[in-house]
Order: sequence, then structure tokens, then C-alpha cells
Amino acid sequence: MQKRRKLGRGVALVGAGMSNFGMYKDKNSKDLFVEAFQDMTKSVDKGLNSNDIEALYLGNFSNDFFMKQSHWGPIITDLLGITPKPATRTEGACASSALAFREGVFAIASGFYDMVLVGGVEEMSKRSTADITEGLAMASVPYEGKAGFTFPGVFGVLATAYFAKYGATREHLMNVTIKSHNNAPLNPKAQFKVTIRDLMNAKIESLKKKGVPAPQWEDEKDFLHDPSANPSIAWPIHLYDCCPISDGAACILLVAEDIAKNFTDDPLYLIGMGQGSGKGLHAAETLTSFEATKYAAEEAYGMSGLGPEDIQFAEVHDCFSMAELIHIEDLGFFKAGEGYKAVGEGLTRLDGSKPINTSGGLKCKGHPVGATGIAQLYEVWTQLRNKAGKRQIPIKDLRIGAAHNLGGTGGTCTLTILERR
Amino acid sequence: MAEKPFSDIFYEQYLHEEQLMSSRCKKCGALYLPPRPICAECHDANMEWEEIKGQGKLAAFTLINIGPAFMQKEGYTRDRPYCLGVVELEEGPRVDARIEGVDTTKPETIKVGMPLRVKYLHRDEGENKITYLAYEPM
Ligand SMILES: [Zn+2]
Repeated sequence: MQKRRKLGRGVALVGAGMSNFGMYKDKNSKDLFVEAFQDMTKSVDKGLNSNDIEALYLGNFSNDFFMKQSHWGPIITDLLGITPKPATRTEGACASSALAFREGVFAIASGFYDMVLVGGVEEMSKRSTADITEGLAMASVPYEGKAGFTFPGVFGVLATAYFAKYGATREHLMNVTIKSHNNAPLNPKAQFKVTIRDLMNAKIESLKKKGVPAPQWEDEKDFLHDPSANPSIAWPIHLYDCCPISDGAACILLVAEDIAKNFTDDPLYLIGMGQGSGKGLHAAETLTSFEATKYAAEEAYGMSGLGPEDIQFAEVHDCFSMAELIHIEDLGFFKAGEGYKAVGEGLTRLDGSKPINTSGGLKCKGHPVGATGIAQLYEVWTQLRNKAGKRQIPIKDLRIGAAHNLGGTGGTCTLTILERR
Repeated sequence: MAEKPFSDIFYEQYLHEEQLMSSRCKKCGALYLPPRPICAECHDANMEWEEIKGQGKLAAFTLINIGPAFMQKEGYTRDRPYCLGVVELEEGPRVDARIEGVDTTKPETIKVGMPLRVKYLHRDEGENKITYLAYEPM
């Protein structure tokens, strides 16, 4: 059992913003962060004076590699005109900005600062796919990279292990994909705002135009089973099991709980926070679970005094469809080996009993890796404050939401629980 | 004579000589492959090298269509994927390894649980020499 964590003083969220996610030739990291920052500023109901921001914590995985530019903290404080306020960069692979959020919370909870900006940014799409694959593989365990593993390959291994242990099949991965794609068109900031059915119909149309006879796909799964439409990337992981390459930024304004009402009458409160670390595939206890997620969850649940049944909805780190199945089990939303059944029964849909990845998830919203952790919390913020528009979860008294972020092959995992009071 | 350090470098040197060398904790008996210098169970740092046979069974696998540059150089392509697996050894530990001798165009023929024997793949010469741990069906 872990020691029960508590904050020195309460921490509230009073603003949150996110850029559109996508692949942009005409926007760089600075442009994307400005977009997220201005979106955040607008969300602060009673207004924000940038001079009151006392520090920046910024998640960025590897703009060093992707953009040949490191040291992004002061680039951003300068961009916002808030130098010489301190800027600190955090790195935890795809969980980089969840770590920035945690540092911001620690800074306020300790009493050192009253207001900090936490954010994340990543710019990936200007590099070739081969470069990006190589860049991302840098976040795996050294033994895996040397053996020839790619990220899809790691999740391919986890998938064959999960299939063999619990009797799941590719059909169950497809259920995750179809669900996420159904949410995405309802999210105006998402990279892929299209359902699998629409993709299928568009493909039929384009083939017809070219005068090529289109395959007679019966439904979405038939389409996803066709290797010409959905080729294998790392068996059993196929193209539509994978998140895209993305550029984007997101940020959140954190303040001490006792001054939150100066900024909004409707702040959110941080009530649970956990982080764990993990080892590589070869040394992991099982191939169907991440020990870092389980540790993070135990810590966050313990701190909040809540259990998985109290979390009304969550964003989880679905870099691959397979990952979502593992996470919803590791977080305790469903029993081990039952996650795939729950998804099949529709329980994780927007109108299900435990909506998962209402934003479209990394899969469709996009995954600019260093921005993802904060962007997940942006979705929790948006849902809890009833601002999610067409994708608003149809639960009356929405009060508790969570975000789970994973870095590398489970090397860094976090769970963060927010409350609306 | 002092033991060689329980490091990745010496592990790989043993692989060049086709020896699969693990480290065993002298205090609690835990066995590690690749070797660790500090025991993850009891945290003692008193290890000894132990050669293992390294036969095992397939715990999980994947067939990679888009690999890193060094695998593409070996001739693997979208249409000719390579198989990687996690192998559970008779001695207990699991390792990441290349899986040879399977039909990578027919995933349904590759079975989790199938017995495997160790094999070493040597690539390049001199300073660039690298030895991959590989397995093939019995
Ligand atoms: Zn020991």
C-alpha cells in the first residue's frame, strides 16, 4: 500500500486552451502555442493579466530531434512576453506535459507560487515518416529498439499476448477504433473529424470516380478487414489502430484554491494525482498490463478517496486501439480480460455508462506527443464545465473526470482526477 | 579475478561468442537476462554470471511491416515483414528477440506458446559487429 498523498494547499484550474491538432505546413510550435494560449485566455471568465503568471512548466518530448531546436521553456515565456518569469521543461516521452501539470501543482501546493501556466507542445509533421518512427522509438526501452521494435510493434506484441490470454480478436480492436471515430467529428479541434463509415464511403466514391470497381464492403468491420483499405503495420496492429502524426499545443492555468474565485465562479479542482514508472516488455510482470499505470491509479485514487467506479468519464492514452483496452482494465474501470467485452457492449461510447475518449482520443484528435497530457485534461475541463457542445456527455450531474497519460512503452504513466464542485 | 561488469556491453560481447549470459543474485537467487548489476528483488549488488541454455516458448509476437532503417537494410519491407517476439525461457526470464523460421505472411500459423530454440544472427564485422538474439521453432 502506498502512503496517502495530499497537497499542502488546494490547487484549482481556472482556464484551459488547446490549438487545433493536425499536420501544418504553415504553423510552427510558437504559432500553435499562441493559439492554445489565446484559447485559454478566453476561457478565464473574469480575465487574466499575463503579468500575474509566476512560472511556466512546459512538456515537450523531442522538438530537439524533430525540429533541431531544444530548450523550449524560455522560447515560450519570451513568446508570451513574460520573461524573466522562470520556465522549466519536462520530458516523459508521450507523457511529457502530464509531468508539467504535476510540477505546476507541486509549485502551487507548496505555497511557492500562486499562479502558474502549464502546457505542452510538439511539432512533428515536417519530418519524414521514417524520421518520426526513429524519433519515437527513442522513447522505448533500449533492448526493444535494438531488437528492431517500433512503437506499433510493441503494441502488436501486447495485442497477441492479450488475444492469447483472454480470447479477444482483431474485431475487438476495431470496436475501439469505430467508437473513437464516432466521437471525433463532434470535436472541432480534432485532426480526423470523420467516422469509419464516412471514410469507407469516401473511398468507394473516389474509386468510382477513377473508374476502378470498388470492393463491396458490407460494413465498417468488413472495410477494416480489407488489407487494401487497412494494411497491417505491426500485426495485429493495422493502420486504423494507430494514432496519426500531429502538431499541436495545449495549456492550463493553475492557481491556489483560495484565489480561484477571482478568475471564475466555476473553477475545477485537482483532487487526485498519481505517477508511476515501468520497465520494458521483457521484464514486465505481465504483457497485458502496465505496472506504472496501476501504481499511478492507486496513488490518485488514494489521494482523492475515490475508486474507479466514481470516475464518470476518462481520457486514456490510446496511442493504439490495443492500448485503450489495457488502460481501461489497469485503471479498474473493467476487470482484467473484460475491457474488450465492455467496449463491444458499447459501455465506453459517448452515451455509455463509462464514456472513454470523448475527444476522439489520440487516435482521432491527434497526438502531438508533448502536448497530449494537457490536451487530455483540456477535454476533461471542457466536459466538466459543460462546454463540449455536440459531444457533451449526456450525464446530468457531471462532476468527476480523469485523464490517463502514458509515455514510451509504459515507462511513465500518470492519472489525474479533476472535480467540479 | 574480478567478475566482468554486469553491463549491456559485456552481455553483447558474450552474444558475439554465442553465449547467453545472465546475472544471478548471490543473496536471493533471482536471475536476470539481460544481466542487471543491482538485484531488483533484494537490491543487493552481489551478482555472478550464469550461462543459460535459453530454450523457451513464444509468449507474444508481432510482424513488423514498417521497421527502422537497419531492418529495412536487411531487406524487410511492407510485403516482407519480420517477426519479433517476447520469449519466455525455461530458466524463467523473458527476452525480446527476432523470431526466424516462421511464415511472416501467415500470422495465423504463428502460435503463442510454441517451443523455440535459440539462434544467433551475426551482422557486420569489426567495430560495427552486432549479434542479434533470435529464436526459431524446435
Ligand atoms: Zn537479490
